[in-house]
Amino acid sequence: MMGGITILESINRALADAMEADETVLILGEDVADPEDGGVLGVTKGLSTRFGDHRVRSTPIAEQAIVGAAIGVSLGGFKPVAEIMLMNFTTVAMDMIVNHAAKLRFMSGGQTNVPIVIRTMTGSGFANGGQHSDYLEAWFAHTAGIKVVAPSNPSDAYGLLRSAIDDPDPVIFIENLPTYFTKGEAPKSGHRVPIGKASVVREGSDVTIIAYAKMVQEAAAAVEALAGRGISAELIDLRSIAPWDRETVLASVKKTGLAIVVHEAVTPFGAGAEISSVIHENLFDTLKAPVRRLGAAFCPVPFSRPLEAAFAPDAAAIEAAAAKLLA
Amino acid sequence: MTNRTGPDAATLVSIYRRMALIKANDERSRKVIMTGRLVMPYYSPRGQEVIPSAVSANLNDSDYICTIYRGTHDMLAKGVPLKDLWAELAGRVTGTCKGKGGPMHITHPKSGVMVTTGIVGSSMPIANGLAWSSQLKGDGRVTVAYFGDGASNIGAFHEALNLASVWKLPVVFVCQNNEWGEHTAYAKATSAPRVADRAASYSMPGIRIDGNDVIETYAAARDAIERARAGGGPTLIEAMTYRFHGHIFGDADAYMNPERKQAAIAADPVPRFRGWLIEQGHADEADLAAMEAAIDAEIDAAIDYALASDFPDVAELGRDVFAAEAA
Ligand SMILES: Cc1ncc(C[n+]2csc(CCOP(=O)(O)OP(=O)(O)O)c2C)c(N)n1
Repeated sequence: MMGGITILESINRALADAMEADETVLILGEDVADPEDGGVLGVTKGLSTRFGDHRVRSTPIAEQAIVGAAIGVSLGGFKPVAEIMLMNFTTVAMDMIVNHAAKLRFMSGGQTNVPIVIRTMTGSGFANGGQHSDYLEAWFAHTAGIKVVAPSNPSDAYGLLRSAIDDPDPVIFIENLPTYFTKGEAPKSGHRVPIGKASVVREGSDVTIIAYAKMVQEAAAAVEALAGRGISAELIDLRSIAPWDRETVLASVKKTGLAIVVHEAVTPFGAGAEISSVIHENLFDTLKAPVRRLGAAFCPVPFSRPLEAAFAPDAAAIEAAAAKLLA
Repeated sequence: MTNRTGPDAATLVSIYRRMALIKANDERSRKVIMTGRLVMPYYSPRGQEVIPSAVSANLNDSDYICTIYRGTHDMLAKGVPLKDLWAELAGRVTGTCKGKGGPMHITHPKSGVMVTTGIVGSSMPIANGLAWSSQLKGDGRVTVAYFGDGASNIGAFHEALNLASVWKLPVVFVCQNNEWGEHTAYAKATSAPRVADRAASYSMPGIRIDGNDVIETYAAARDAIERARAGGGPTLIEAMTYRFHGHIFGDADAYMNPERKQAAIAADPVPRFRGWLIEQGHADEADLAAMEAAIDAEIDAAIDYALASDFPDVAELGRDVFAAEAA
């Protein structure tokens, strides 16, 4: 797309606008302040200069310390946005995220809450190999007490991040590295995308394709190709994985009778299994065929180019799966 | 130690009151479990009464603590009301956390108890965040993180001390070295002969004290807390003590050397300090006996109140997971 702004820019704007609007919003993470270049990709560039290094703090390389500090400062009345440089590194802070951030509201009987946002990046296609490219959203979606969102375009990235910062509970905000420079419509300042609300990117009547993050872009290309073959596909961008928008998904599948769930995480035990199961539980009589799940190969993200290219679903795979369902 | 006047008589008696409360409460806890009136996991702090009692005497109600599963003494010393505490131990709706946290997860913000964790080593990273919130607000609060010697071998300890030092946070790390990490003796698990030595790696004062000596513990805590309040950054205090019982109630404690244990029990810091108070003329026998009788009555009332309270409604399962109730 021509014009507009990139996802990276929209995230930077969302952070700046949130910090401007609310002085309890803080940023912490490795390299996030300006003397450290505002992050390796510059997502937080300019913010420490503008808002001060007391509000935008570069941290040691210590993920437990980062998430722990975010939790504690939120208990003290602030709204921190903690950056975990890559999603694989959330594993180092799993105790803080899963045992503490997710559970403190419940275990305290509602006396305390943890309004933190954990921004993190991932995605295959960058030749980063096995330890820097995983989608781990299912781990967090499986944990009661955490919300998980994954935008696919600049406007949603802005709106979801603003909503995540407003949210009184912990939110994992997953950014896709290979789509950082995707351009799109510039969001209006203050724009919000509600957490838990999907968007119907394109209406159709033959099959429903449910995707999120980068897979929305692949699916959009597939939908174009399918249209050329006379197949009318409806594309849903889930935007939020936990909670996810059952209403929109079920309404669409009720109409089309066929569904494909696409994600970049490996297929077994993934978000696709949950979505597929809910569709079956609710629309068994309506379905013309079992729901199809399309995820990555069940292996670590490979380095070698042809392997990495074949690892995750792409537009051609989605198109083929849809055509097969309709055959 | 600085050459200032020690705690006055009223402070000494207030420390003793905390100690007597903790000791009596521990004895009642074991009895209540033994007689089958209550089923709960119980980690006895018996023998460790001095540490939080002397530390808390230097804290304001609004100061924060983060503690651990073996933390009933820390909570009582900081002022968690007995009734609310016991109702939580009994899993009742009147408990600090509506019965949803339980003995290992007491939260009581009114008395500054912000987090009680069952995960070894995780009190420190969160305490940092609370301290950071105080630093940002300039509210003059200090946060104390309590933990055991075993916890000093976990990565989170090292990450947290490093961050606290780099950020000069108003936090005091209080290691209660009871010589045991579950069934494993200190020396078998810890490479440093003294936990306090580890502070050197983080450029903060590290001090080892006799944690069963009230005056020494009070003075060390006072110095560390004043330093933190004045913006001087964190301190690591290693308070030497001994656990009178097994790791968890019901643990046969065969791994504990019987002579060492008997010696520790013979040197029980609670009656010892009581005798000293009288000897020094800070209190008289009749006053202390009356105080102890009042404590016993208060504990009785708390247990009766707890056991007579209702259990939470099953609908609580869906509450406090998120701010908005689950559908
Ligand atoms: C991360 C983690 N690993 C293991 C355990 C099991 N566990 C509970 S208490 C304990 C011993 C901890 O000893 P220490 O830190 O010295 O504290 P103490 O119990 O002596 O007060 C262990 C291993 C745990 N709760 N958390």
